[in-house]
Amino acid sequence: MQVLLDEQEIGRLIHKLAVSITASVGESGDLALVGIRSRGDILAQRLQRILQEKGYGRIDRGTLDITLYRDDLNSMGHQQPKLQSTEIDFSVDDRMIVLVDDVLNTGRSTRAAMEALIALGRPRCIRLAVLIDRGERELPIRADYVGKVMEVPPDRRVQVYLKERDGRDEVGLG
Amino acid sequence: MSGEPQSERFIWNRKHLLGLRELSREELFHIFDTAEGFKEISRRSIKKAPPLRGKVVVNLFFEDSTRTRNSFSLAASRLSADVMEFTAKTSSVSKGETLRDTARNLEAMGIDIVVIRHSAGGAPHLLSRCIDACVINAGDGYHEHPTQGLLDIFTIRELRGDMTGLKVAIVGDIAHSRVARSNIWGLHTLGAQVFLVGPPTLMPSEVGKLPVTVCHDFDAIIGQMDVMNMLRVQFERIGSTVFPSVREYTRLFGLTMNRMKRAKKDVIVMHPGPINRGLELESEVADGPNSTILRQVANGLAVRMAVLFLVNQAAAQK
Repeated sequence: MQVLLDEQEIGRLIHKLAVSITASVGESGDLALVGIRSRGDILAQRLQRILQEKGYGRIDRGTLDITLYRDDLNSMGHQQPKLQSTEIDFSVDDRMIVLVDDVLNTGRSTRAAMEALIALGRPRCIRLAVLIDRGERELPIRADYVGKVMEVPPDRRVQVYLKERDGRDEVGLG
Repeated sequence: MSGEPQSERFIWNRKHLLGLRELSREELFHIFDTAEGFKEISRRSIKKAPPLRGKVVVNLFFEDSTRTRNSFSLAASRLSADVMEFTAKTSSVSKGETLRDTARNLEAMGIDIVVIRHSAGGAPHLLSRCIDACVINAGDGYHEHPTQGLLDIFTIRELRGDMTGLKVAIVGDIAHSRVARSNIWGLHTLGAQVFLVGPPTLMPSEVGKLPVTVCHDFDAIIGQMDVMNMLRVQFERIGSTVFPSVREYTRLFGLTMNRMKRAKKDVIVMHPGPINRGLELESEVADGPNSTILRQVANGLAVRMAVLFLVNQAAAQK
């Protein structure tokens, strides 16, 4: 696997995301971060920590499992997604929700995440933050906050590894 | 969609759930983990998710049932499936013929999952061989009732975590209990120690071949038990030779407040419902702090959602 980004670069990108989120939402105070399993949740955790260090105050954070909302559940062959818990212990009604994911590709995860989120209530608005945007969209979806845009051949896979889950911070091309 | 190495993942490939006897540890854990994910849906204001949208689930019940049937219906509805209720009685036609014919009729309607309850042990197995749809056993004769076994064990696991070495007593009419059999196999696979407690006349004839310890004196072992699953006394058998009187049963095997004094303080008291209050279980115990009866019902819904979801996933794979 070819390494595209190392720990230092990933850290820098997450800081950049935090800065652009605060710049656009200001101090409105109703911001909540919702990470998409299974690495968006870790990124959301790190963003929450950075934003709190910057004195943003209390920010709610939750984790979304999108398995039940995928549009390919009945056509996945041997790739069986495993259902895990959605953990959002605050009301999403009238909140500004920033969805957090590791890689934005087809846009189908994002669509599923929006459906899953709306099943929980009616947010005031939903925005999208991603570490990597690798293009190849299949749906009319774009990210509001992007760590890095990467041009990658369509047959290759961008894989994000994060310490909390994988033991190291790295973005690789598989 | 971002993914991870598929080799790390467990793949569920059973499109039928016929019994717990054949399930491995990994399969049981996979069902429990999936059920855990479904519990959250019951806490929402909109209690619905779309994974079985466009699928048809048939409740094919040849025996009376209220709670299991309702639990399956609600579970299927929460997953956005269409549910068809099919009530049939076995009395008129011979069982094998009825079942095969019924199955063919159902197939012709384009169904995806059949939930079957039948008075003949093995009926779900037969059905699984003659149709393409997924088959879930909701109780067959005295054989198995796998989703009840799963929800009981899921409830124990939720409260105790690791099952290894846990002492579980199943008390009452074991011979006629499919709930007992499913519990025995599942608990055994997960390393728990199962004790069957009841009069010799209510022990199954094949008890020597089961991975259990048999005990006819409840009071002798009650102090060591971590869990006590109190089976329902089946009134239709009272007065027969196997079951002389209600009062004698309650005196020897009923769980009373008095008997509870000898049990561990944190013992889990379970009952598959419906309870005969004052018979196998005294009201104060049924409603007391050790009772998990309502938790079992809530977990039953999550477990059945998990089973419906998983068999459909396995069918999509093939």
